[in-house]
Amino acid sequence: MVQLTLPKNSKMTEGKVWPKLSGSVETREFRVYRWNPDDGANPRIDTYHVDTADCGPMVLDALIWIKTKVDASLTFRRSCREGICGSCSMNIDGVNTLACTRGMDEVDGTVKIYPLPHLQVIKDLVPDLSNFYAQHASIEPFLKTTTPAPEKEWRQSHEDRTKLDGLYECILCACCSTSCPSYWWNDDRYLGPAALLQAERWIVDSRDEATGERLDNLEDPFRLYRCHTIMNCAKACPKGLNPAKAIADIKKALVERQV
Amino acid sequence: MSTKTQRMRTPLGRVRGHGAAGSGTTHFWHQRLTAVSNVVLTIGMIVVCISLLGRNHAYVVQILGSPLVAILVMLFIVSAVYHMRLGMQVIIEDYVHDDLPKIACLMATTFFCFAIAFASLFAILKLLSGV
Repeated sequence: MVQLTLPKNSKMTEGKVWPKLSGSVETREFRVYRWNPDDGANPRIDTYHVDTADCGPMVLDALIWIKTKVDASLTFRRSCREGICGSCSMNIDGVNTLACTRGMDEVDGTVKIYPLPHLQVIKDLVPDLSNFYAQHASIEPFLKTTTPAPEKEWRQSHEDRTKLDGLYECILCACCSTSCPSYWWNDDRYLGPAALLQAERWIVDSRDEATGERLDNLEDPFRLYRCHTIMNCAKACPKGLNPAKAIADIKKALVERQV
Repeated sequence: MSTKTQRMRTPLGRVRGHGAAGSGTTHFWHQRLTAVSNVVLTIGMIVVCISLLGRNHAYVVQILGSPLVAILVMLFIVSAVYHMRLGMQVIIEDYVHDDLPKIACLMATTFFCFAIAFASLFAILKLLSGV
C-alpha cells in the first residue's frame, strides 16, 4: 500500500545551528536537510546564516558559500551554474527547481532546502537517480532507422524541426518526475514525466523510423497511463517545458492508431 | 523491489521488467467515451428525477415504466457503472501495490459493479414489463 508516513529512520530532527561568521554584513537564514549514511543518525535540519553581501544572488551561490566558508561537509551536486546541466536540482522553499536559477530574492524569509522528494538519499542533498536514468534509457533516446544512413545528414523540414521545440530542451534534472504524486506512488512501473517527454521527443521526430515500436513500448497501464494530468510536472519544470502536454500527445497518438 | 533478487538486478533490467502490457489505450478511450455519455445522460436523469419530485408511487412507476424514460435510465446505469468500474480500477492500481490485496480489490469492485448494474436494470425492466 501507499506509505503515508515516514519510516522511523527518516524522521527529521533539529540539527546544528551554525553561528554567524564574524564580520557578516547582511545575513539570510538557510535551513538545509542533512543526512550522512555513515553516522547512523536520523536526518536533521541544519541552520546557516549566509552573508548575502559576500556571495552571489542565487541559492546555489549561497550553498557554495556555506560549503566554502562554514561547513565543508555539506554535500550537493552542481556543475554549470547556469541551468543547462540539471545537476543542482533540489527542493527549495517547497518547490523542485534548480538552485542555480532560483534567486534568493524569489524566496520569502528563511530559505528551506531539501533533496528532491521521494528518492533514496545518498547524502545530504544528493538523491539516487539510478532508476530515473534507467527509465530514460528504456525509452531508447536516440535516432532509430532501418534505411541505410545517407552520405550527409538525415534531412528534416523546418516545419518538422519545430515539432521538437519544447521537447529537446529537457535537461533531465528530475524536477518534474519527483514532483509527480503518481510517480511517488508507482516509480517502479510508471516512467514519469521526464522519460515520457523524452519519449515524445523521439516519437515526433520525422527522421525516426521506429515510431510504432516506440508507441508499442509505452502502451501499458503503468508505464504511460499512470499520468492523471495532475500538472505538477509543468509547474515544476525549471526550463518552462510542459511534460503533461507531451504525455497527452502520446496518449492521443495511441488512440489515433486504434480508433 | 524488496526481494534480494530484485535489488541485485540492474536498474534498466528492473525498468524493462516484463515489457509493455500492450493495453491501456482501450481503457483510457472508454473512460473518456463514458465521461462524455455521462454528461448527456446525467442531465437527462436530473430532469427525470426533478419531474418525479413530490409525485406519488403510481405516477413514479408509470413514468419510469414508460419506454423512453426506461431506455434513458438503463443507458445511464450502464454508462455510469462502467465508468465507475474503470475509475475504481485506476484508483486501486494507483494505491494498492501488493498482488493479493490488489487482485482482491479489483475482483470486489467488478462484482460490486455487476451487482449494482444488474439489480438496477432488473428493477427498471420489472417496471417496464408492469409485473
